[in-house]
Amino acid sequence: MVGIETSDDAAVYYINDETALIQTLDFFTPVVDDPYTFGQIAAANSLSDVYAMGGDPILALNIVCFPDCLDPAILSEILRGGQDKVIEAGAVLAGGHSVSDDEPKYGLSVAGLVHPLKIMTNSQAKPGDLLILTKPLGVGIINTAIKGEMASPSAVENAVFSMTLLNRIGKEAMEDLEGVHSITDITGFGLIGHAVEMAEASNVTIRLNSREIPYIREAEEYAQLGLVPAGAYKNRDFFKEKIFMSEGVPMYLQDILYDPQTSGGLLISIAPKDAPELMNRLEDSPVAYGCIGKVEVFQNRFVIAE
Amino acid sequence: MKEIIDASGLSCPQPVIRTLNAIKKTQENELTIIVDTETSKENISRAAQAQGWKVDDVVFEDDQYRILIRKE
Repeated sequence: MVGIETSDDAAVYYINDETALIQTLDFFTPVVDDPYTFGQIAAANSLSDVYAMGGDPILALNIVCFPDCLDPAILSEILRGGQDKVIEAGAVLAGGHSVSDDEPKYGLSVAGLVHPLKIMTNSQAKPGDLLILTKPLGVGIINTAIKGEMASPSAVENAVFSMTLLNRIGKEAMEDLEGVHSITDITGFGLIGHAVEMAEASNVTIRLNSREIPYIREAEEYAQLGLVPAGAYKNRDFFKEKIFMSEGVPMYLQDILYDPQTSGGLLISIAPKDAPELMNRLEDSPVAYGCIGKVEVFQNRFVIAE
Repeated sequence: MKEIIDASGLSCPQPVIRTLNAIKKTQENELTIIVDTETSKENISRAAQAQGWKVDDVVFEDDQYRILIRKE
């Protein structure tokens, strides 16, 4: 039902009128030093693709690459972090597979279920919709500062809190709102890239109000110090033909818009009538959010940031 | 002899960290930093500006950028 054509978050397979299967896989190298935290982040990131399709995860399998020379206790901690997030998601972790590799890598293949009529793709954003973003941006920049041992304890704490947070909260907040038209999660392509994918798949233009973008406060200072990951520049170059970046957007904010996110939040395209209710519910949750823009009829560029 | 920081071969964000440290320590009004990625070139420009320096010249030669930065 959903394949590779629209750059969506996961594959969806129709089983019967009541049920469709969502299948996804993601894994990556450590972004933080603490193995338990890394396990949590990698699992939250893998589970996110199921939430971004409107589904609930049911079953997960570990994918592990781990060097022979490292202490197996480190691997146990990574797996414990993953296990805890899978349990929190209400799913079952049923084993997995590991191979020997020079650099550790961890993630999950996750299966989830969704009613076929409630599948949330990235291709149904409608002109007139408002755009709500959950989770603050800037974790790629903070992770670069962590690598350079320049990150403050509060920056690390905020980034880790955000990266380990399940997108289940955002998904459940909008569950019964019929005005929700389209969802995607924000990962490696940054807000700009994933907004382009949504706009392109939906044949619309997304107008972002950069002043309303939630971001981790320290990302501003670190971007200005040049702690911007290579992925942000790649995103800028890759999407430049498809977007218009207003000169009024300060450089650090541009960097934050292009910043690749690890276990990022959800970008939700929702009819204006249901947006206040969604924001009310998010207000009562631990998730930072912002009403960051709107959907318009297509006009030359897929994303306009101002 | 002008001060030269050779940060080629270093992965992000080490070239930036070296540049920031060099700016802090130096008595000179200009520094040359050698890097070999586009990312490092961009980030050093941001780092210099944040410290009140600016990029004066960039020469791309033998797969390396020689970036001259100057105190404003």
